[in-house]
Order: sequence, then structure tokens, then C-alpha cells
Amino acid sequence: MSLLTPFKRASGLGTTSDGVKHWWMQRVTAVALIPLTLWVVFAVAAHSGDDYATVAAWFATPFTTTMLTLFVFTAFLHAMQGLTVVIEDYIHHEGYKIAAMIGMKLMLVLLGTSSVLSILRVAFAG
Amino acid sequence: MAEFTLPANSVVKSGKTWPAPTGATRVKNFRIYRYDPSTGENPRWDTYQIDLDQCGPMVLDALLKIKNEIDPSLTFRRSCREGICGSCSMNIGGTNTLACIKAIDAFEGDLQISPLPHMEVVKDLVPDLTHFYAQYASIKPWMQTQTPAPPDRERLQSPEDRKKLDGLYECILCASCSTSCPSYWWNSDRYLGPAVLLQANRWVVDSRDEATGERLDNLEDPFRLYRCHTIMNCTNTCPKGLNPAKAIAELKQKMIERR
Repeated sequence: MSLLTPFKRASGLGTTSDGVKHWWMQRVTAVALIPLTLWVVFAVAAHSGDDYATVAAWFATPFTTTMLTLFVFTAFLHAMQGLTVVIEDYIHHEGYKIAAMIGMKLMLVLLGTSSVLSILRVAFAG
Repeated sequence: MAEFTLPANSVVKSGKTWPAPTGATRVKNFRIYRYDPSTGENPRWDTYQIDLDQCGPMVLDALLKIKNEIDPSLTFRRSCREGICGSCSMNIGGTNTLACIKAIDAFEGDLQISPLPHMEVVKDLVPDLTHFYAQYASIKPWMQTQTPAPPDRERLQSPEDRKKLDGLYECILCASCSTSCPSYWWNSDRYLGPAVLLQANRWVVDSRDEATGERLDNLEDPFRLYRCHTIMNCTNTCPKGLNPAKAIAELKQKMIERR
């Protein structure tokens, strides 16, 4: 039996004075992904059928390297912010929540880092 | 984590049918959720066949007819019967609304009536709103000031500033919006929900209130405010035609402005 008053229950542990930055960055990355994604789709499609050497040379131009790296970084940042909200929404067991959160972030950092390294490797090593 | 088995008493069984009186011409079936936690029995759907020629036009009229003439054990809240007290909010034909201002003929065929979704049920159509009211109390819904009121008159507000309260002050706290919100269903322990956030915004935009910063501080939290994912069920369902989603968006905007 719990004798907590309804007000005590509603107040919980108080506010975390947090959340604005996360919410705002999720919007900013979403907007940034619109031009970035459009560019990636059209630019990569324009190179369909090209041989490896041509694509590697295209990767090596500073503009392409920058845009591809920015796209991958922004996409993974946005995914991390979105999945954080999904986990907070649906996982209510504190232990599972922390485990899911750390696992998700490690996985995205791993995938994001290897994606960026792949771009740089093709760009610099050919 | 996800639960794969339903808790005890979750399955709603089919219940009793109360037939229409002989000679009734315009009969409509009202399927009504019945549950009494004290009996230990499962909830059930009782069907009441009502002669619409012998019944008032609103859903509340039908409920009162059932309680007065057919089955006095049917339990529901009602008071003003004109959409200003917020007592008779319930799920009617799949949408949260007020029984007193919803016309029966707005629905074709059988009409299903259940309590507000995802709340503990006290009995039949009466949900337990204790936590909802406590959340309302937590936003301090009264005027907070440092400046004393003028000794000889009330605090003044310009007509333009008064206009900013339109669309907010009309909220009657019927809880239709909060209980239609999936985010409130999953996280109501910490998420304040659309009704309480609309009320919070009502005090944030009030030109006479001087606790704006403290009010925003109290909301700045991933759960209290930011569980709103702009699903918009609140705005769709509001029986008063208000827009809680817009009020929440204004709060989020102010959070960005003050960074």
C-alpha cells in the first residue's frame, strides 16, 4: 500500500532542467538532412554505372568528401536523437532503459565512425 | 518492458441486453461499458435498446433515461448538461467528448460508450482523475506576482493582452484531450499531458502573472513537456474546439526563445 499523496506522486523527482537542446537539435538535424539527403541521392545516382576509379576520384574532391561526411554525421546524430526518444517512450524498466540506451549509442557510434572512415579512406587512399 | 499477458479483469465480456419497450419505432442500441472493481468480475458490454422518440437529443439524455427508467446501477458523472463543467467526458463512438453536447443522431447504427481511455476505472463510465488533477495542481494554476495589487482597484490588463488568453481560458479540464494522447497513455506518470500543458501556457501568456520564468523552469524536462510528439489527437478530440497542440508548440517556442 502506498500512502503517497497524489501531489507527491505528480511531482516525482522534479524537473531535469533539460530537453530543450535535445528537442531543438533534433529539429535542426532534420532540416539539415533535407538538402543533404537530396544531394546524396542525386549525386550518387548520377554516378551509377561509373567504374571504381571514376567514383574514387569524385570522392576525393573536397566538396564531395565534405558533403558525404556531413551527411553521415548528421544522419547518425539524428538517428541517435530519435532512438533516444523511442527508448524513453516505450521502455519503462530503468535497468533495461539504461542498457538499451548505451547499446543503441555504442552501435550508432560504431556504424557512424566506420562510415566516415570508409568515405575518408576512398577519398584519400583511392 | 512490454507485457505479453493481459492483467486480471482486462477482457471485456458481452453482458446483458435490455430490450426496447414493445411498440418502439425508432430503436437505437447503446453498448455501454460496465465495470465494478469491487465485485472482482470482468468488465462487460451491456446493450440498452432505446426508443429515440421517447428520448432527448443528446447522448447524456440517453444515459439519464437509462439510469432513471431502465437500470439505476449505471454510473456516470454529469452536472451542468451544457458543456461547461466537463464532468460527462467519456469515449462516445470512439472519440473522447462530452455526452451532454454530443447529439445522438451524429452516429449511425449502434453507439458504443466507454470511459476515458487508459485511466483506472472507479465504476462504469467514471475514471479516476486524481493524478490528472494533481498534475494540474503541480503547475500552480493561479496568479503569482511580486508586485502587490493596486490598493484601490484590480490588476489591469490591456484588451490586446486579454486576447492572448482566448483559446486557453475556455478549457474546462474534462481530460478528453489528455486521455486521447498515446504519449499520455504510455508516460502519464511524468508527462503532464495536453490539458495541463494548455493550462500551463494560459498562465505563461497572462500579462499580469510575474512567475513566467519559474513556470517555464518547472516544465523544462524531457518528460513533463517534451513527451509531446505532436500527434494532434488532443486537438482533434477537444469538445470545446480548442487547440492544445498549438499551446504546447508555443511553450516549446518560448523554451527556445529564452535559451
